[in-house]
Amino acid sequence: MSIGIVTAAYIVASVLFILALGGLSNQEKAKRAVWYGIVGMGLAVLATVFGPGIGGWSLFLLVPLLGVGAFIGMVVAKRVEMTEMPQLVAALHSFVGLAAVFIGLNSDIIGTSGLMGAEIAIHEVEVFLGVFIGAITFTGSIIAYGKLAGKLDGKALILPFRHILNAGAIVLSIILLLMYMNHAGSWTLYLMLLIAFALGAHLVAAIGGADMPVVVSMLNSYSGWAAAATGFLLGNDLLIVTGALVGSSGAILSYIMCKAMNRSFISVILGGFGGAKGPAMEIDGEMIATDFNSVASQLLEADSVVIIPGYGMAVAQAQQSVSELTRRLRDKGKIVRFAIHPVAGRLPGHMNVLLAEAKVPYDIVLEMDEINDDFPQTDIAIVIGSNDIVNPAAQEDPNSPIAGMPVLECWKAKSVIVSKRGQGTGYSGIENPLFFKENTRMLYGDAKASLDQILQLIN
Amino acid sequence: MRIGTPKEIFPGESRVAMTPDSAIQLQKLGYECLIEKGAGEHARFSDKDYKAVGVKVVANATSLFKESDIIAKVRPPEDAEVKRLREGQTLISFFYPAQNTELMEAANKKGAHVIAMDMVPRISRAQKMDALSSMANIAGYRSVMEAGNNFGRFFTGQITAAGKVPPAKVLIVGAGVAGLAAIGAATSLGAMVYAFDVRPEVAEQIESMGAKFVYLDFDEVQTDGADTGGYAAPSSPEFREKQLAKFRELAPEMDIVITTALIPGRDAPKLWLEDMVILQKPGSVVVDLAAERGGNCDLTIMDQKIVSENGVTVIGYTDFPSRMAAQSSTLYSTNIRHMLTDLTPNKDGKLKHDMKDDVIRGATATHKGKITFPPPPPKIAAIAAKAPSAPLPTAEEILAKEAEIMKKSGAQQTGLLVFGGLLMLLIGAYAPASFMQHFIVFVLSCFIGFQVIWNVSHSLHTPLMAITNAISGIIILGALLQIGNNGFIITVLASISVLIAMINIVGGFMVTRRMLQMFQKS
Repeated sequence: MSIGIVTAAYIVASVLFILALGGLSNQEKAKRAVWYGIVGMGLAVLATVFGPGIGGWSLFLLVPLLGVGAFIGMVVAKRVEMTEMPQLVAALHSFVGLAAVFIGLNSDIIGTSGLMGAEIAIHEVEVFLGVFIGAITFTGSIIAYGKLAGKLDGKALILPFRHILNAGAIVLSIILLLMYMNHAGSWTLYLMLLIAFALGAHLVAAIGGADMPVVVSMLNSYSGWAAAATGFLLGNDLLIVTGALVGSSGAILSYIMCKAMNRSFISVILGGFGGAKGPAMEIDGEMIATDFNSVASQLLEADSVVIIPGYGMAVAQAQQSVSELTRRLRDKGKIVRFAIHPVAGRLPGHMNVLLAEAKVPYDIVLEMDEINDDFPQTDIAIVIGSNDIVNPAAQEDPNSPIAGMPVLECWKAKSVIVSKRGQGTGYSGIENPLFFKENTRMLYGDAKASLDQILQLIN
Repeated sequence: MRIGTPKEIFPGESRVAMTPDSAIQLQKLGYECLIEKGAGEHARFSDKDYKAVGVKVVANATSLFKESDIIAKVRPPEDAEVKRLREGQTLISFFYPAQNTELMEAANKKGAHVIAMDMVPRISRAQKMDALSSMANIAGYRSVMEAGNNFGRFFTGQITAAGKVPPAKVLIVGAGVAGLAAIGAATSLGAMVYAFDVRPEVAEQIESMGAKFVYLDFDEVQTDGADTGGYAAPSSPEFREKQLAKFRELAPEMDIVITTALIPGRDAPKLWLEDMVILQKPGSVVVDLAAERGGNCDLTIMDQKIVSENGVTVIGYTDFPSRMAAQSSTLYSTNIRHMLTDLTPNKDGKLKHDMKDDVIRGATATHKGKITFPPPPPKIAAIAAKAPSAPLPTAEEILAKEAEIMKKSGAQQTGLLVFGGLLMLLIGAYAPASFMQHFIVFVLSCFIGFQVIWNVSHSLHTPLMAITNAISGIIILGALLQIGNNGFIITVLASISVLIAMINIVGGFMVTRRMLQMFQKS
């Protein structure tokens, strides 16, 4: 195959990738869009394998490698639970990072023969940058995976002088880059690799559980930039295009998540949670508990119900029960809808996927902006395992750490039922005045167990 | 400790302060319950019912007072009952300490602690023990029943084979708890209900119950009831004139008028004057819930039903709750039970009279030999006062603001473009041509990426991440190109890269497909 045909295949593949991402604008188109992506990827890989530059004998090596990789990928994709999606995404990011590191190291070994002048300098910067971004993506994703899978403590790790540590690591890397460009030898590259590994791990370790959606989308973005850097390194435009697409996609997701938490990207990346600006507002009232019987009878009397799921629903694996409840209430002619906050869960769009898995139709699953105005006409709002995203303090208390964050205004519904494990505060440790409102009733206990009890009473 | 409930000795009083249900709950708090023989008879609770749940039935009031540490009853104690009180005994009942000063002093002399259920402050936390509201609710409901009993027609409009029946028109004056309950009862019977109140903020509540708010065109800043604890305040003479004129206008049409207007600590305002009764059609009914304090209607005679010369029935009963003794006893005993829950924080059957608690302090009239009435104002206001709203910006101001924002973002964008352009120039000056070609591709791809991703639906963000994950596996191309190279380490590293990138590609695409299959439309 000539270079021309390979390039043509790359162009087709880039167009297909763009269509694949663009197709995600709605659920029906998306099902076709995945195929664009698959075909594009197939074209790109085939064109490369049969294109110039690959020796005959390496095919014998490639076939088993591709086969084994594909098999593992298939098994993982089949087995993964939808609640484990955040972990899987993080793990897959780490692969891209590691591959970028290896390719960069290889380029260093292959050397700069055939290049001259400024090209050598550019090449060296590209190698360095590719390895640097790849390494941060790799360890960052591994830590993120550990936190999401519950293998590491989800709390933010706050080291003393952590900002100075990070800045020092970056400065040191730049010095090593300069030394590398002055032919100090490959050890500078390896030393920088270690520093970048440590930096990636530390960056993510300093970020707490509820900021995870931002971190995961940020790592998504990094993995794209790593691919783009590799593309520059190899002079491969398809890698550059794809890397840039993925990189900007992750960046936009991070931006949306930050906006939904009313925090700047920098403050999330630097870790820790913004402190209170003053004494929190006094909360008047008390938490009033309720039981299955009264919740069930309330639901039977209601005409419109809005369910607000959060990470707690995923933890309790309650999505099937929620779906069953929805189905039964809808069969009785009630309007049941879901309100999804952009940062609900540990991954952008996490709740949508969980509900879809439990066969909740997607046209009753609404975004925050679509449903917030409807709460005053709602009879019952059910909050399942979410806390900060329904905290009225964000609007009412200017001293609250989450002041100004857009929240679901469920307290405007005629009554609110909060399913919660116990009386404590959530991840952020912020007291939630919603629980003390006059129209709020607390349903304590495991979300799944509670819902199953209620289901028995609604037939 | 022991809680005892005597039989009410006030003539005609049928309520009782303890029901078998409330006794079960009180026993859970660790108390022993006693009841005088026959106390629940009029409310349809027999001594057998009480015995069945472990309540001790005592033969007479004297021994009941002797055996009990806490006395729970409905009406304020009569003189005979005060005499039976002893030092350290706690009495929980309606007491009206402002009107019953002598009674309060007598009880204090006996050394009893008096908790007046009518003095429970009106704050959210205390709603569950707000017996006045419970009783007002019943009074409101019963007033409609009483009116219906004396009204010769249907409430609801009907078209029957025998002709058309227009719906009854009901006017409710004063939309407090009783008024709102009356609105609810009357609308559910099918009547056309109109309601009036001097507090404009209750218009919403009235309309939410299905009645029409009688709107009064009057230019005066109305108090919103926040500074009077949710009760109405006296109105100015001009306002009153306007109000009466409105009532005169409505009087000929209204079949049933229920008045519930009361101002705390004053005689009931006269709102339904004699001339309005004369304007009404014969057969109409006026129920005056304010009869105990002189009545809102000129013709009202306390505790009596009279018929005016033009055939309008005016009802001045004051014992509406007692007329529904079973219901009111259930609610009242629950209020008492909640009060005792707050008085027994440790659930050990020991009363803890905590004078630092706003609710308990507010309700206490005498304590440890001292008269503690009137209580200091509660720390928390019953209803938050509305902050006067800021003037809305005018259209021009909004336009100016928008123009300013546009200008600012325009300047920002220009700045960015200039900066970006300079940076490009700098790179172009040094970098070789081949790099610049790749760079064009990179920058354009970023732009396409931004445009495309903004359109992605929020609900598909997780599939988006999975698919970007899969296509970032494109990095496999780099590894594929290197694998043909000679050199052992290179081949090993490249092979590993191919393997993991392939996992990424296949895993990413398959999981995306799996997720998208799950999204089903209803």
